[in-house]
Amino acid sequence: MAYILLRHRDIENLHKLDVYREHGGYEALQKAIDEYTPAEVIDIVKASQLRGRGGAGFPTGLKWSFIPKGPGEKYITINSDESEMGTFKDRELLEYNPHQVIEGALIAAYAVGAPQIYNYMRGEFMDIGYHFEEAILECYAAGLLGENILGSDFSCDMSAYYGAGAYICGEETALLNSLMGELGQPWAKPPFPAIEGLYFKPTVVNNTETLANVPPIITNGAEWYTSMGTEKSKGPKIVCLSGHINKPGNYEIVMGMTFRELLFSGEYGGGIPNGKEFKGLLPSGGSGPVITADALDAPISYEGLDVYGSVMGSASVVVMDETVDMVWAAMKMEHFFKHESCGKCTPCREGTYWMDQLLHRIYEGEGTLQDLDVLKSVANRIGGRTLCALGDFAINPVLGTVRHFSNEYEAKIKK
Amino acid sequence: MTFTEKYAAEIEGIMARFPHKKSAVLPLMHLAQHYYGYMSREAMEEVAAILDLDPTHILSLAGFYTLYYEEPVGTYVLEICNDLACALRGADEFVEMACDKLGVGVDGTTEDGLFTIKTVMCLAACDRAPMLQCNLKFEENLDEEKFEQLIARLRDEAANGRTPPTVVEKVAAYAKSTS
Repeated sequence: MAYILLRHRDIENLHKLDVYREHGGYEALQKAIDEYTPAEVIDIVKASQLRGRGGAGFPTGLKWSFIPKGPGEKYITINSDESEMGTFKDRELLEYNPHQVIEGALIAAYAVGAPQIYNYMRGEFMDIGYHFEEAILECYAAGLLGENILGSDFSCDMSAYYGAGAYICGEETALLNSLMGELGQPWAKPPFPAIEGLYFKPTVVNNTETLANVPPIITNGAEWYTSMGTEKSKGPKIVCLSGHINKPGNYEIVMGMTFRELLFSGEYGGGIPNGKEFKGLLPSGGSGPVITADALDAPISYEGLDVYGSVMGSASVVVMDETVDMVWAAMKMEHFFKHESCGKCTPCREGTYWMDQLLHRIYEGEGTLQDLDVLKSVANRIGGRTLCALGDFAINPVLGTVRHFSNEYEAKIKK
Repeated sequence: MTFTEKYAAEIEGIMARFPHKKSAVLPLMHLAQHYYGYMSREAMEEVAAILDLDPTHILSLAGFYTLYYEEPVGTYVLEICNDLACALRGADEFVEMACDKLGVGVDGTTEDGLFTIKTVMCLAACDRAPMLQCNLKFEENLDEEKFEQLIARLRDEAANGRTPPTVVEKVAAYAKSTS
């Protein structure tokens, strides 16, 4: 099947504007402007059932519809902060298919009436960011950005922006604070960004991959899009495959494929290296609980892991073979969350510190049974008690591994 | 020459991208750090002056965001990811090897001032681990041999004064050209 998102793998030099246009590029934007009102564009995206690809899965069309109608200062912000452990999909799009992201963002800007787009890339993406900057320059030269785009009444500007190393800036309000020159810390919602976002004006924050889905939806229609996927998860998804797997990398799948096929089919992961057995996988990087062999036949979709107590998230699949010490894995992940906690909410700031300490102690064989109880107790007191989801994510390394591998913890307890 | 003088056009270009100049603070800090080598007191005061901000705000940003160095670092900062996904592909052993080769610990700088090794969180290159960023440039699918080659190349570059523009400079040049 031809790629819908990773089209650069089919078409050489797709990052160049002329090549992108030769292959239908910016025809979706043209079609949106010529044939549809902004409200109709939102209706099409709603009907496509496109959901956010950053992990939360919020319906994209619905998000756009929250923006107040009419002219005024409004913003589209592309969330390219991609920092979840195990995630490297937005990076590939920014580097090799930047125009599809720009076109999606322009259609979003047309739909909500926003005259300005910022692409918030993590600071570590400067090495690929200039590919994106080059694409922006090409667009200005071709009348695809700036005043009267494609000869219409629609005008819109776009700039690249670079953060400076902070996982938390993937959270939309933290991202907006960062873009306003503040510490990247979330704010209590409401106000939601759709009403008070960047510079306290209505703002849409969409993930990079989400926006790359928009042009094909406009070109081919909502019905085409909803013909792919499961009941609640429509369309293609880029899955990032890493860890103990023969063929790591990004794979574009149609949602509904099983984890087993992704891992073991020769077309995808190609199995576990060195003849080792599968032990577990993280379906959404460090943020979602580990799943084990019993969940391998679950579909990769927003709802597919509900019964297994986990989530697809951004579909960053980290595979672990039989040799992995799960207490070590939890300790690695908790170190990440301790480092990345922004410090605003006490349960997360203090809790990740204590979980990190306790995991180290247990891993080193110095932990007691009481430490294990305290570890679980701390985790259970963070969830649901923080402003943003980072607190909820930060407990999953502990709760997921304790649930499936409690024997490994107990074996390490000091006798 | 001060940072403000050397990069006047870039600074203007960066500030022109935003309706409120405070938004320019992180990009200007990147550039100031590039110029001074780290977030020195001078660097912070200059950025604060350009944007009419309190220097303590710059200090708090420098503390919050990982990419700003509050202490002097080597000419080349090697940031090795040893997060779980990379560690499953040998990143912890790679860090140890790199430290041994350069004779420094994590966060240490070689005596000649050329290299600093840091360990960092996920850099979105998990499928190509072990990997690192050298002054924000990706170096991927590494092993001991490739690491030695990289170090030899950088030593040679530094000795002959042929240091190519860093990614910070490249990105700032775009802001200059679009202002």
